[in-house]
Amino acid sequence: MARRGSAILLPAAAILAGFALGALVLVATGKGPLAMFQAMLQSVTGINSQAGTFNPRYIGEFIVQAMPIMLTGLSVGFAFRTGLFNIGAEGQLMAGSIAATAVALWVKAPPGAHVALALLAAMAAGGLWGAVPGWLKARFNVHEVVVTIMMNYIALFLNNWAVVALFQSADRIKTAPFPASAMLKSPALSALTHGSRLNWGFGPVLLSLVVYWFIIEKTAFGYSLRAVGFNKDGAEYAGMKVKRNIVLSMVIAGAFAGLAGAVITVGTFSFGRALPAAEGYGFDGIAVALVGANAAIGIFLSGLLFGMLKAAQTLMQTQGIPKEIASIIQASIVLFIAMKYGITHVIRKLGPSRPGEER
Amino acid sequence: MPFVIEMLDIVKLFPGIRAVDGVTLQVEQGSIHALLGENGAGKSTLMSLLFGLYQPDQGTIKVRGAEVRILDPNVANRLGIGMVHQHFKLVHNFTVTENIILGLEPRSGLVIDLKRAARRVRELSERYGLQVDPEARIEDISVGMQQRVEILKMLYRDAGILIFDEPTAVLTPQEIRELMGIMRRLVQEGKTVLLITHKLKEIKEAADTCTVLRRGRLIGTVPVAGTSEARMAEMMVGREVNFHVDKAPARPGEVVLRVERISVRNPKGLLGLRDLSLEVRAGEILGICGIDGNGQTELIRALAGLSPLESGRILFKGQDLAGRTVKQRSDAGVGHIPEDRHKHGLILDFRLDENFVVHSYGAPPFCRAGILDFRAIRANAERLIAEFDVRCGQGGATPARAMSGGNQQKAILAREIDLSPDLLIVAQPTRGLDVGAIETIHRRIIAERDKGRAILLVSLELDEVLDLSDRIAVLCGGELAGVVDARATDENELGLMMAGSGREA
Repeated sequence: MARRGSAILLPAAAILAGFALGALVLVATGKGPLAMFQAMLQSVTGINSQAGTFNPRYIGEFIVQAMPIMLTGLSVGFAFRTGLFNIGAEGQLMAGSIAATAVALWVKAPPGAHVALALLAAMAAGGLWGAVPGWLKARFNVHEVVVTIMMNYIALFLNNWAVVALFQSADRIKTAPFPASAMLKSPALSALTHGSRLNWGFGPVLLSLVVYWFIIEKTAFGYSLRAVGFNKDGAEYAGMKVKRNIVLSMVIAGAFAGLAGAVITVGTFSFGRALPAAEGYGFDGIAVALVGANAAIGIFLSGLLFGMLKAAQTLMQTQGIPKEIASIIQASIVLFIAMKYGITHVIRKLGPSRPGEER
Repeated sequence: MPFVIEMLDIVKLFPGIRAVDGVTLQVEQGSIHALLGENGAGKSTLMSLLFGLYQPDQGTIKVRGAEVRILDPNVANRLGIGMVHQHFKLVHNFTVTENIILGLEPRSGLVIDLKRAARRVRELSERYGLQVDPEARIEDISVGMQQRVEILKMLYRDAGILIFDEPTAVLTPQEIRELMGIMRRLVQEGKTVLLITHKLKEIKEAADTCTVLRRGRLIGTVPVAGTSEARMAEMMVGREVNFHVDKAPARPGEVVLRVERISVRNPKGLLGLRDLSLEVRAGEILGICGIDGNGQTELIRALAGLSPLESGRILFKGQDLAGRTVKQRSDAGVGHIPEDRHKHGLILDFRLDENFVVHSYGAPPFCRAGILDFRAIRANAERLIAEFDVRCGQGGATPARAMSGGNQQKAILAREIDLSPDLLIVAQPTRGLDVGAIETIHRRIIAERDKGRAILLVSLELDEVLDLSDRIAVLCGGELAGVVDARATDENELGLMMAGSGREA
């Protein structure tokens, strides 16, 4: 129980410290922190506490921000449970985005099936993009961090090439609009949230959270993945298929990220986009997984937190608060969490040699 | 005789434990003083306090009559205290001399005066009878010789007090005897030796005085000459100890494992095991002995299916194991207790109940349609914990990491025996365990033999191999040096075979 207690307590402390630091920076620049917290409250609840108004569009946009980073968080977390550091969620996401665009533009299918195909294709493409570093790791022991970082660039430029060359973008920035059958868009949800971009994407996201929890905690496969993550040698001695698990883990991690690409492309947007640079969903996912301790419920909660920070940025700007403050808060939360690992590590190293550890 | 070291009423607290609790240790100038105790008795902590790695919470330390505060190992060095660590700290591609002068290189101008240093090393080596070649590279010399380089390092720094931390763990019996001779020579030359060990025989052979610790407390300091081994063991453990392992004569049955001329590569890609043939029958224990790194690991890995064979074949119950995975072998009845229980035997971050099913998690009753049945996993843990007397604070939910070494080993034993294997590979089953746990595990291994299992025991502890085995195979340089009847051999013969001379196969 003590372990579970500290698993909640430490991230909570890091989050509080992050907000405190953000407020401090704000005060140092000569602004009161109250406006910042009001902006954050408004971005989550839609309630403007100064004007006393309520606009549900903010809630919708907040959820739209949280959805993809929960998925990339699941991607990073899943690989991490097998002892792999997946820096490539960004690239896997873009691979998924390309696949979703292709299905949306090129495949003709009835409304429900069309969008389902787009999502599945995105997961397959993301999985494939994850399989490459997984296979290289298992077969040749090439470090996955290096490969995934490189593959992020490949995916980015592949995407930009595809938008122009494959999808025949007229303005070289975005593709033709998708047919309605291929999209997660919902006029009803949009109307409910006063014209926000809220869409059915939260369905696959919630389902993914449950699937993640189920695989990791309940299945024999998840058990062997965790064994490999904790102790690769021990798992090998026990007769587990370590290499197969490494590849499969990266495939599943890639599928989660690929799905995020689809949720953005056929949910938030309605066309494929060429991008000047990576949008940072992959890196947000690292932060989400880290703060969420690689657990499904933790990733859900920290996804909401970081979604809120992203969503609050525009509001903060309208209040005259630099939106970078939100980035500072996000970064310092990650730093404090990382310090937590560092501190416990240092304590363990310098700490007493207990009886039994002697010799 | 004056005391050269006095540690008076020392207390060292670690969170939740009094690691050293009011211990007084007085060491006479020019003596060999042994420090005896089980794992966790506080020996290493006490020596770390003397060497400046920790500070005592209470008590005083006097060196040559003067009170000192040893804040770090540099202070210890200046006081003439040197430590020969259990794991040598040598640079492998440097020569002996280069290793010895590291940190205090004699210079002439800008260059290191290696000649002068080598001369001094040679003088010291001759004076103390160490027979070390100053020009030899560390990677080319034996482990025993490397240890002498460590001793020379201390002598080069004019250490008057030498602490040996479990120095015999890596040596052959002959090398151990030589080391004892070296220690006596050191003492004759006016040095003082502090010997940390849990091996009574060595104390009896070499030490003048023995201080016994148990659970951080001083049990007593006795003259070795007037104290029996049994008495010292009793002081160490707190009760009478039965050294002898009782076992009935073996009744060997069918050949369960037949190893035919196998060769196996080590991680460096060299043949670590060459042309080895062995057989183990049901109901017998075949002990494998040899100096560490002479092919034991390669043999175990080949049998378990972790390393491929370069040539030869392994027959288990008459069937060739070629191409069978680790899992298939364990399913077929090969149990394996790995030599490194933390790295290979357990998933330390898993709970105990999860560790019990590392082989069987994928099949009923623990798993149905890919989904784990935690109720069955917990029930399995309860059964094994009761049957094998595994002590753990929270039952099956205890993190494996939080358990004592002895109980971790009992858990692994329970898991592997529960597979009811026809062949049980047992590697280093009692390394680092205390006497009580060793007794339990030895009894269990013999009980398995008597149930008709074939047991292959690999151990670096010669006593263990001699006590448990029915037949003993000796490995040297990756080859079989011979197989002998355990009742008709002794340490001497085995030691000679381990060193590559002696009886032919």
